[in-house]
Amino acid sequence: MKFTLSWLKEHLDTKASVDEIAEMLTKIGLEVEEVINPAAALKDFITARVETYERHPDSDHLGLLCVNTGMEKLQVVCGAPNCKQGLVGIFAQVGVTIPCYNEKLKVGKIRGVESFGMMCSEKELGIGEDHNGIIELPADTPIGVSAAQVLNIDPVFEISITPNRAECLGVRGVARDLAAAGLGTLKPLNVKKIAGSFKSPVTVSIEAKEACPTYVGRYIKGVNNKAETPKWMKDRLCAIGLRSISPLVDVTNYINYDMARPLHVFDADKLKGNITVRMAKDGEKFVSLEEKEYALDGQSLGICDDEGVQCLGGIMGGAEKGCCEETKNVFLECALFAPDCIARTGRKFQIDSDSRYRYERWVDPKSNILGSDYATQLITEICGGEVSEIEIAGCEDCAERVAYLRPERIKSLIGLEVSKEKIVDILNKLGFVTSEENGKIKAVSPTWRGDIEGEHDLVEEVVRMIGLDEIPAESLPHDKFPSQTLTPVQRRNVTVKHELAARGMLETVTWSFTDSKVAQMFRKAGQEAVLLFNPIASDLDEMRPSVLPNLLLAVKNNIAKGYGNVSLFEVGPQFFGRKPKEQALAAGGVRCGMTSKKVWTGDERAYDVFDAKADAIAAIAAANGPWENAQVFRDAPEYYHPGRSGSLRLGKNVLAYFGEIHPAVTKKLGIKPRVMAFEVFLDNIPEPRAVQGKARKKLELYQFQPLDKDLAFVMNKDVKASDVIAAAKNADRVHITDVRIFDVYEGENLPEGKKSLALSVTFQPIENTFTDKDIEGLMNKVIDEVKKKTGGELRA
Amino acid sequence: MENIEELKKSLTAEINQAGDMKALEEIRVAVLGKKGRITEMMKGLGALPPEQKIETGKSLNLLKGEIEQVLTERKSVLEAKELNDKLAKEIVDVTLPVRPENQGRIHPVSQIYEEVVAIFGQMGFSVAEGPDIEDQFHNFNALNMPANHPARQMQDTFYIPNPDSADFDDSYVVRTHTSPVQIRTMEKKELPIRIIAPGRTYRSDYDATHTPMFHQVEGLVIDKNITMAHLKGCLYDFVKAFFELDDVPVRYRPSYFPFTEPSAEMDIGCLKTKTELKIGAGTDWLEILGCGMVHPKVLEAGGIDPNEYQGFAFGVGIDRLAMLKYGIPDLRTFFESDVRWLKHYGFVPLDSASMTGGLSNNGGAAR
Repeated sequence: MKFTLSWLKEHLDTKASVDEIAEMLTKIGLEVEEVINPAAALKDFITARVETYERHPDSDHLGLLCVNTGMEKLQVVCGAPNCKQGLVGIFAQVGVTIPCYNEKLKVGKIRGVESFGMMCSEKELGIGEDHNGIIELPADTPIGVSAAQVLNIDPVFEISITPNRAECLGVRGVARDLAAAGLGTLKPLNVKKIAGSFKSPVTVSIEAKEACPTYVGRYIKGVNNKAETPKWMKDRLCAIGLRSISPLVDVTNYINYDMARPLHVFDADKLKGNITVRMAKDGEKFVSLEEKEYALDGQSLGICDDEGVQCLGGIMGGAEKGCCEETKNVFLECALFAPDCIARTGRKFQIDSDSRYRYERWVDPKSNILGSDYATQLITEICGGEVSEIEIAGCEDCAERVAYLRPERIKSLIGLEVSKEKIVDILNKLGFVTSEENGKIKAVSPTWRGDIEGEHDLVEEVVRMIGLDEIPAESLPHDKFPSQTLTPVQRRNVTVKHELAARGMLETVTWSFTDSKVAQMFRKAGQEAVLLFNPIASDLDEMRPSVLPNLLLAVKNNIAKGYGNVSLFEVGPQFFGRKPKEQALAAGGVRCGMTSKKVWTGDERAYDVFDAKADAIAAIAAANGPWENAQVFRDAPEYYHPGRSGSLRLGKNVLAYFGEIHPAVTKKLGIKPRVMAFEVFLDNIPEPRAVQGKARKKLELYQFQPLDKDLAFVMNKDVKASDVIAAAKNADRVHITDVRIFDVYEGENLPEGKKSLALSVTFQPIENTFTDKDIEGLMNKVIDEVKKKTGGELRA
Repeated sequence: MENIEELKKSLTAEINQAGDMKALEEIRVAVLGKKGRITEMMKGLGALPPEQKIETGKSLNLLKGEIEQVLTERKSVLEAKELNDKLAKEIVDVTLPVRPENQGRIHPVSQIYEEVVAIFGQMGFSVAEGPDIEDQFHNFNALNMPANHPARQMQDTFYIPNPDSADFDDSYVVRTHTSPVQIRTMEKKELPIRIIAPGRTYRSDYDATHTPMFHQVEGLVIDKNITMAHLKGCLYDFVKAFFELDDVPVRYRPSYFPFTEPSAEMDIGCLKTKTELKIGAGTDWLEILGCGMVHPKVLEAGGIDPNEYQGFAFGVGIDRLAMLKYGIPDLRTFFESDVRWLKHYGFVPLDSASMTGGLSNNGGAAR
């Protein structure tokens, strides 16, 4: 909402400065977004007189001037048609910045003649639209004084109006609020009752009484729409960014912003028959004044004549029956429309207008006749014409809106004591009619306020006027020792992030949306795509089924920037259904390229599937998950490499997938190198049982040194290493404390289809040191068990 | 006896001239070995008359001990020399760089989450959560935003069609704010309430200052006697702690949110220059959060009797807090996964926000 200072002063008698007004607006909830004060840009401009004027020797439309600035006389070339000897105007000296061009003025040379400055137009100074000629000030204006002193400069305020304060979408509402806050007094509205001289030849009937409770019409004949809109009105409209179109349109726009009162003007000669306000028929055609065609539905309100819907009630006028320059006779509409109906229709057909904006918030239900009179007054002043009596359908009586306030409620809700007298005073200044009823303040809302429903609304009004800064600040009471802020599950999700970062990965946050064309490769068989109805971009159209697609796209983008060694992870939601809670929290990560760039120690190596597996295990462990009990299966989803991927599971419960991303997937995404990835499903990790308590298991420290023995086995290639380790461990669960694989070999010297695994087994003597026989016995147990479980033979 | 003294002198000189362990060993063998000079001399004792035997034996034993001592001393000198020579050959260029280690980073959004949790945890809050996809009841209606409410248009909502209903009003939405967690918390009927709810939020808006996904933290305090004074105190305590300053000027402006009344926006004092933004000083104000007393209709929608309970709620942008505190200029870069950005603005893994250990940069310098 924009308005100018002079416009505000039309309604508010105040001596407050621009800054004081701005400060107060923000304080009472009409937040100032910007104050544009052109005076600031004009401080270097001065008044000057054209001492002599003669034709430029080499042009018949340029003038050669001698300009007196009060300090010196300068030669200036000027092309303005109104320039003449003796004219006093605004002069820009060389070096001054011209607001309109935002450029410093230099010494010019025009057709061979030097020019040492410029006489300015309103447009050049940024204070108006007029560029037909230079500014002409009264001849007795002193010269050499600052332009800001002599020009009628009107600062522009831009404030943001919250949806509950519809009345402040008109300047008068803003003025009333400022007056209530003590920044001046509200001036009486200068609108006279107009008695018409004839009966309107156009009558109005309302069929849709709920959507349109009141319709005030008026016929004005013999208007001249070619008349000039007065400068003051043009200036104000221009200042708030509206173009002057014709007096009839300008008047409706002006009153819309002056009083938050939408109006519409029909060209009465184009109307066929009378006005009927009714719901449109399904599919009924309407062409808006923007020449867009709509097929309406039964819930849209039409202002109709015999030829159909001519105006989408309260939202937008039609193309056919609007005013133009030649318009002679008009029918002026000033009506009330139900907010719900306006909001629904506006939303459905996506039409935004100043009128819709106001109607769907609140328009004073008692402002129809007033608005009609106001518009009629302005129209006849500008365009002349003869005025009919008002044609009124429905009625302007509306139910009283009453709210009660217990005076002590201010203190109990706000923590600030305010006297009853003060409360009543504030409410009265805001236009409420107050009385006392059973110790409560009864407040009848002024009709321009549609937002007051109950006690809390009245509290807000009082607090707003007193100022929120008056409320004391009081720390929250502490009546008990705070318990743990995060639940164990919330806490472990934090730990997982720190663990993965500690493993050298960069945490990122990517959209919860992804590209459905990419996501499709990551959905399980039969899993539906969770598609957005209105995505912001075609490649952000699906709620991601996995965190991996976006991470892979991130890898691609980093490679494109020249950063090919990438380790990224994200902890965030993935979606398996479109209903609330059909989502799971996952920690996903990707590694691509080498562990580092080339280094003199030769330590750099390419990431492989075991990095991803290690990441997954580390994340499960960080989440306090039973990682040691997790079994590895070769059943990762199809977007992983079939031979280089797996899952970590507790029975059927999948804790994680890990592996190399399927090269066909990376190829489709445009990623050349291999990418390792993992997904840990944090919600699937069981919580440690609370009964376990915090005490650790007793530590057993054996007094004898453990002993490492190496054993190599030859077995079929498809035997799982994890089965070999498990078999070796199970050979003697008391004395074997650790089993490691230190070599894996396939190829020469081994039969086809065979591989060799070399194990290093740690034996722990418990009661006595081992004898040679003991050791031999244990090793035989291992050899036997491995053979039994895996078919592996001790390698000779 | 004269010759034993001389022998001692000459042997000592010979030993001390031995250049290496090998030469020293040769001398030892030549003197003390099975056929060594002193050994031979000792063997010769038997041929001496008894009185001379005792005398000479004593002298020879003494000599042997002394020579052994000299040998030992020389040995340690030579060993030290040998070690020094060896080490001198083992010299490396210690200015060579170390093996590369990749130190990861925590994203600023996670860091701010931890900071906010640490501060409100100190004030007795716990952390509540809610789903990213919401029904319209929780996201709008229960928050006093019925279908045609103009405030709904202020939030450019992403919709997800409901498979069970063709009616658009039954569509699911991707939550436009964290406020639905207020309702979900109230529905649990555990009073009083003191929670924060951080999380992802979504609006269909993409420009220099808006991204279609961003992060908010919601706050909700409900009890029998919580007033707007507590709201002010709580938020003042928060901004002071968060910006790690002794004092931050704050200002409240009346505003409007359908789910609170009275509603307010909170500004903090700052100094804006062309190149930097300094929080806590100067004459400018910066909007930081929205807040207000919970609307009675919202309490009712959450199943709480507004005649008995009251309280306040607030919502603040996590990404915005990160930008302000850590001087990150562009919101969009938060979600671009540029490794250079993540490394520069991210936090080291050992950083761990707490009120006792400090909110930020307590994990050491970045590598």
